[in-house]
Amino acid sequence: MNKIYPSAAAALQGVIKDNQLLAVGGFGLCGIPEALIDAVVESGAQNLTAISNNAGVDGFGLGKLLETRQIKKMISSYVGENKEFERQYLAGELALEFTPQGTLAEKLRAGGAGIPAFFTKTGVGTLVAEGKELREFEMDGVKETFVMEKALFPDVALVKAHVADKAGNLRFNLTARNFNPAAAMAGKICIVEVEKIVETGELAPDDIHLPGIYVHRIVLNATPEKRIEKRTITETNKAGA
Amino acid sequence: MAWTQDQMAARAAQELQDGFYVNLGIGIPTLVANFVPKDIEVWLQSENGMMGIGAFPTEDQVDADLINAGKQTVTTIKGSSIFGSHESFAMIRGGKINLSILGAMQVSEKGDLANWMIPGKMIKGMGGAMDLVAGVKRVIVLMEHVAKKKDGTIDLKILPSCTLPLTGLGVVDRIITDLAVMDVTDAGLKVVELAAGVTLEELQSKTGVKLI
Repeated sequence: MNKIYPSAAAALQGVIKDNQLLAVGGFGLCGIPEALIDAVVESGAQNLTAISNNAGVDGFGLGKLLETRQIKKMISSYVGENKEFERQYLAGELALEFTPQGTLAEKLRAGGAGIPAFFTKTGVGTLVAEGKELREFEMDGVKETFVMEKALFPDVALVKAHVADKAGNLRFNLTARNFNPAAAMAGKICIVEVEKIVETGELAPDDIHLPGIYVHRIVLNATPEKRIEKRTITETNKAGA
Repeated sequence: MAWTQDQMAARAAQELQDGFYVNLGIGIPTLVANFVPKDIEVWLQSENGMMGIGAFPTEDQVDADLINAGKQTVTTIKGSSIFGSHESFAMIRGGKINLSILGAMQVSEKGDLANWMIPGKMIKGMGGAMDLVAGVKRVIVLMEHVAKKKDGTIDLKILPSCTLPLTGLGVVDRIITDLAVMDVTDAGLKVVELAAGVTLEELQSKTGVKLI
């Protein structure tokens, strides 16, 4: 079965529709599917809910979909770098569901793994836990309170990887991996943008980060812009934690 | 004399032990990396999916695909590993990280922490902070003791209870500021150490709870 599509627009054809729940990989601007986001803009799909750790910056990444007002709601952990986002949110034009970063990643992983909900200590006693079921569990001899978080089941996952083989097996590059594997697993349909496509068999079985079973459509974008949010240079060899 | 930010970071670095896996927050906590003692092995974790954070890159080492949780460009070191966000938070939530050092807007004497939101003013989000304080074995807050406002007045940050939305309930073990080191105990906030030249009276006057 052919998974390779000639363009991002072709890869989205017949998949992206109004009112969908999208999972989009990336952390800040690192490891975002640039060409697929552009293609969603061109598709004109409206009333989208986007699951993404961040909301891009003004005019780049998911910021483009905010400018065109195609997103009605974001599910994110941190949205600090986007003025248009802030304006729409404060004006009541955009809904926002703040989700702790680890809970967000696990909601996607659980969704992809067929687990409808899970319990976590994260957020207990905070706004995040309001209205959610609390339950006590004993772990390692200590009884503590946990909050139930429900998995996410996005209609479509838009994912960035470094290399795909034609069977859809993926390798990611450095910290551009971030939310991409969990988003890919969660999507009912997963569309991946890669910088390189190789023949099936060229990636060794042990070198594959995400098996092709999760991947439905692949498009090549060999030269993404890869904008850097905070270019931090050293001359003095100071640590960069 | 209060401690400078570098002196605060150097004091916090004394909390590190050989073999520790550590997550450092954005801001002053990031500076702690510059004071890791040379004779111990410490692995710095970045919650976007990396263990073993290296130095900031030189111009020709810059790689857009290699950033820390503050979105700054970084490098790898020998032994670095890369993983997805779901696995990054599995090690955080699973209690594998020995120490988290992070900043705060407010801390209560019971160890409640607020550092993610000012209603009506700031809507940046909690990022990974709620997961870190809930999952990491030991949590140290590293912050300026008071908030200095533009008009020259100050807001107290150590309070009987936080007035801002919480990041975590009873999660802070130790507070290191420019004035002192304090531990959250069942009996109250206990002074462990004063910065050179800082008196207990001065410290108490800038703290919203009775120190012990």
